Amino acid sequence: MKTPAIELKNITKTFGSNYANKDVCLSVYNGEILSILGENGSGKTTLLNMISGIYYPDSGQIFVNGEEVTITSPSDAFKYRIGMIHQHFKLVDVFTATENIILGLEDNGKYDLKKASEKVKEIADQYGFEIDPNKKIYDMSVSEKQTVEIIKVLYRGADVLMLDEPTAVLTPQETRKLFSVMKRMKEDGKALIIITHKLNEVMEISDKVAVLRKGEYIGTVDTANTNENELTEMMVGQKVVLHIDRSDPVDPQDRLIVAHLNCFNDEGLKVLHDVTFTAKSGEILGVAGIAGSGQRELLETIAGLQPMVTGGVQYINPETGGIEFLRDKTPLEIRELGIRLSFVPEDRLGMGLVGNMGTTDNMLLRSYLKGKGMFLHKDESKKLAKKVINELEVVTPDAEFPVRKLSGGNVQKVLVGREIAAAPTVFMAAYPVRGLDINSSYLIYNLLDEQKRNGAAVIFVGEDLDVLIALCDRILVIGSGSVTGIVDARTTTKEEIGLLMTKEVNKNA
Amino acid sequence: MSSIVMFIQRMVIQGIPLLYGSTGEILTEKSGHLNLGIPGIMYVGAIGGVIGAFLYETRVGAANIVPALAILIPLVCSMLCSLLMGLIYCFLTVTLRANQNVTGLALTTFGVGIGNFFGGSLIKLSNADVPSINLTATSNYFKTKLPFAGNLGVIGDIFFSYSFLAYVAIIIALVSAYVLKKTRVGLHLRAVGENPATADAAGINVTKYKYISTCIGSVVAGLGGLYYIMDYAFGVWSNNGFGDRGWLSVALVIFSTWKPDVAILGSMLFGALLILQNYIPNLSMSAQELIKMTPYLVTIIVLVIISAKKKRENAPPASLGLAYFREER
Amino acid sequence: MHKEPLFHLVKRPAIKWYEAWFIRIMSVVFALIVAGIITLALTGLNPIKVYLTMIDGAIGTVRRSWALAQKTAMLLCIALALTPAFRMRFWNTGAEGQVLAGGMATATVMLLFGNKLPNGLLFVFMFVAAVLAGAVWGVIPAIFKAKWGTNETLFTLMMNYIAIQIIGYFVLEWSVPKGSGQIGVINQNTQAGWIPAIAGKAYLVNIIVVIVLTILVYVYLTYTKHGYEITVVGESERTARYIGIDVKKVIIRTMLLSGAICGIAGFLLVAGSDHTITKDTAGGNGFTAIMVCWLAKFNPIWMVLTALLICFLQKGAGEIATMYQLNLSFSDIITGIIIFFIVGCEFFINYRIIFNRHGKEVKA
Repeated sequence: MKTPAIELKNITKTFGSNYANKDVCLSVYNGEILSILGENGSGKTTLLNMISGIYYPDSGQIFVNGEEVTITSPSDAFKYRIGMIHQHFKLVDVFTATENIILGLEDNGKYDLKKASEKVKEIADQYGFEIDPNKKIYDMSVSEKQTVEIIKVLYRGADVLMLDEPTAVLTPQETRKLFSVMKRMKEDGKALIIITHKLNEVMEISDKVAVLRKGEYIGTVDTANTNENELTEMMVGQKVVLHIDRSDPVDPQDRLIVAHLNCFNDEGLKVLHDVTFTAKSGEILGVAGIAGSGQRELLETIAGLQPMVTGGVQYINPETGGIEFLRDKTPLEIRELGIRLSFVPEDRLGMGLVGNMGTTDNMLLRSYLKGKGMFLHKDESKKLAKKVINELEVVTPDAEFPVRKLSGGNVQKVLVGREIAAAPTVFMAAYPVRGLDINSSYLIYNLLDEQKRNGAAVIFVGEDLDVLIALCDRILVIGSGSVTGIVDARTTTKEEIGLLMTKEVNKNA
Repeated sequence: MSSIVMFIQRMVIQGIPLLYGSTGEILTEKSGHLNLGIPGIMYVGAIGGVIGAFLYETRVGAANIVPALAILIPLVCSMLCSLLMGLIYCFLTVTLRANQNVTGLALTTFGVGIGNFFGGSLIKLSNADVPSINLTATSNYFKTKLPFAGNLGVIGDIFFSYSFLAYVAIIIALVSAYVLKKTRVGLHLRAVGENPATADAAGINVTKYKYISTCIGSVVAGLGGLYYIMDYAFGVWSNNGFGDRGWLSVALVIFSTWKPDVAILGSMLFGALLILQNYIPNLSMSAQELIKMTPYLVTIIVLVIISAKKKRENAPPASLGLAYFREER
Repeated sequence: MHKEPLFHLVKRPAIKWYEAWFIRIMSVVFALIVAGIITLALTGLNPIKVYLTMIDGAIGTVRRSWALAQKTAMLLCIALALTPAFRMRFWNTGAEGQVLAGGMATATVMLLFGNKLPNGLLFVFMFVAAVLAGAVWGVIPAIFKAKWGTNETLFTLMMNYIAIQIIGYFVLEWSVPKGSGQIGVINQNTQAGWIPAIAGKAYLVNIIVVIVLTILVYVYLTYTKHGYEITVVGESERTARYIGIDVKKVIIRTMLLSGAICGIAGFLLVAGSDHTITKDTAGGNGFTAIMVCWLAKFNPIWMVLTALLICFLQKGAGEIATMYQLNLSFSDIITGIIIFFIVGCEFFINYRIIFNRHGKEVKA
């Protein structure tokens, strides 16, 4: 009988009182590709981090080639020939590919870059990678950097490769190339584990699929004997009944018209392709999509934080009916036009708030320019801080206590409280409940609904499809930076959204 | 002939202390440490050697000096003292995570203080008429020229007429350049200075590399002080005599874009700029002051060009001046 | 099995202010003990007697107290200048040069117009020139920082020595008598451009100006829109952009201010106390001020204390040196040691060391 290359038995890991993984069992054999499928926060990455030595499980056993092992550090993992390619690359920019690949290795023998380069080339040729061993990382595209990370693992002699959402940052063409490389590694007898939540990729690449849901192990199925619908059901589970109050939209009017938006990220990669939609007053427009599909860039572009290459954003003033064009305007200029556009960014402490300031001073961020003269007028902020602390039940010693030291839920309450204080006509929130407990999450949902009832056009980027369906009026689905569909939240299903999330759009059209 | 040869000789003698200082600071900065304590460390390196030599000379008397000990004792004393300075810096910035700029500047205050205090005390002890310590005997041993230098005429004067410490400086710079560019240790050190998190993940002991490179850097910089006393100054210590050469060394690091081999040429250029005034006829005293400004001006221009061109190889180590703590997320 | 390290560090979530100050005060006490031991070792003197001498030297007589106040005021003034820049996380190591630029401008106006303008107008000219010169010296690195991200620590550091050499040039050009290598006391006979003594106290104006400046800088940073912008840019450039702050503009504006206050320090030094200019006019205070500012956590009010502490040490150690015929540099050694202890103690304020017990493996 064949022994699995890696076998996990009843692995459990908790963070505080939450189960990140609960009794997970799975195995992968040499010459096999296993997909781990699950929604965000279902514990996929945590699981692989335990195999690669970054976390240590609370209980359970790990077997490598049939023998039980203890893995407490990445170097332990390498000892057992296990390598992981993380989502965030760990590379030194000014080094060449080869230099990065051999970094930290203390092999006996001479330090010989030429020889190392040859070995890199050899590995690349063996699996069909295209790589220039002497190219500097800063000259590389994302996919080239990923190649370096993979070769780094292979160079260290890994037999088991784990890839954490490797396709999240790749173009479809690059993804195809990666998959062909993975197939070659499989033929070479390596065991591969890949994390993804794109169903089409799962079907295309893997032999087996293990599904996790909210930390729990649901089961493993052979790809040949399953289909996308079955996998979706395993992934999202039975319909969870959520008690979110959803009001009916009152007199929806066009508020924000986004037309043919194209946008590049910092690395020069195109992240938004011809995005067109309209946000209406008195309704919540949900945005669904795989993480990193351009949601963040979309909101930041509307808020004036990212330059748009082409396209435009029109704002229709609810009082006058006049049209303002938001293109190439800074956040300040947008505010000076009298547009009350509020934005709760994903990165709360790094962008939305100043961690070392108290609640009062953070309230001031939006309004510090108000009032005559060169002095700050803090009275209103003080009042607002008090109001936010009272009404949203922020747990803080006082209004001057640095928000950095508050819990995640309280930080978010401060941020959301400030953003709704301006009585916004457009309210945008990116992942506003990420990392929050249930109670805080529901508070936020209710606040979003309240904004809607107040007549704001609400744009809500979420990750939990149940919540999106229960809370929103319409849901815009975004896939790889393109709008793949806009559905009515009252009639849609999770399956429909799931399929739209992974739908390919011809980007050259 | 003689004026050109003289110029070159004096240029080299002026340049070598700077070369020591900047090689030391390059090794330090490559680990991500902006050590502004270099001027202080060079003072301490100098006074350490002076104390060693003074104690030895006075103990045995000028007549009974053993040449090997006359060189070895000051050398070891100098190195130990600057090592201690490097350790203070590392302990504060790495172990106790203190701010690098403040620690460095305090180290400079402290080091210059140590130098001038002990210098002053020794001057008092030696009961000299002039406010300086005279270690001519020791200096003569340091200044021993290569035996064949005298027979080679101009070539000998230009290339072989310096004290052994001058050649050591060039060897250290070349070895440093080689280690940084061509060895695994160099690769790891550069990784620590560029991206300590990546280095850490690759299994490199960041703390160890930071400590060792900073301490070696301090010792090397300290030798610059020793060289200055024993060769340039003929074994005469006078308070504040070393001047702002420490800061010039920091400037030289930028000028040579963090490359010790380029620093060899740079130090010669800086050395030439320091003495240029004496070789321009009819130059007023005041204009000389302006010429002394040129090394700094050139350094600023280099710094601006580096940042404007964004050529990554010439840029400062990416994590320069930043502290690294693994557990902070 | 994985071996547990002997101890590990935990970041303190919060520390009460009095606990933090207890740690800081203890560090100064430790520093004084270490400095005392070193004094004993170096000089063989009784440390307690030495410290008493120190106190005597710093505040033993009315004259000494005034000298201490003047010294503190000047150091404080430069530290105040650095504060806006440091709050913005712009590491201005160029105060020495900015002070000298201000001093040079003051001296120039005093020399050129000293006996040609009424004294009131002369002061205005001197002051404006000093402020402008300091601001220009400060803003040059800021422009490059804003445009290309040029490393400001190194740039401002280099600017110091350019200022020093420029002064070297003018001191020789304008030396009195010709060829003496120094400018000497400017307008000795007419005292034109000298800040007058008030109530017989020569330095009173300087001290008052710095007190006013302390309050102004504190108010500027704490209560104005500019001050708020500086803090936001310093804490997080992304947040600053998110709310629409023009980061480049703030960098340049703040360094203009920082340089300008250094210029005022130069003006006070030349017009108020030295009445001459030399390469040593700033006397290393540009560097010491960085430590003063940092030790006070960039708070102008605390800075009064840290500046006083350092000047006290220096004056006191100076007295020890004279008294026991030691070298004046003794004070630098003591200053260095105390700063080492204070910067080191911040670690114990931010972190707690937890020693691991054995047998932690067993888990309930």
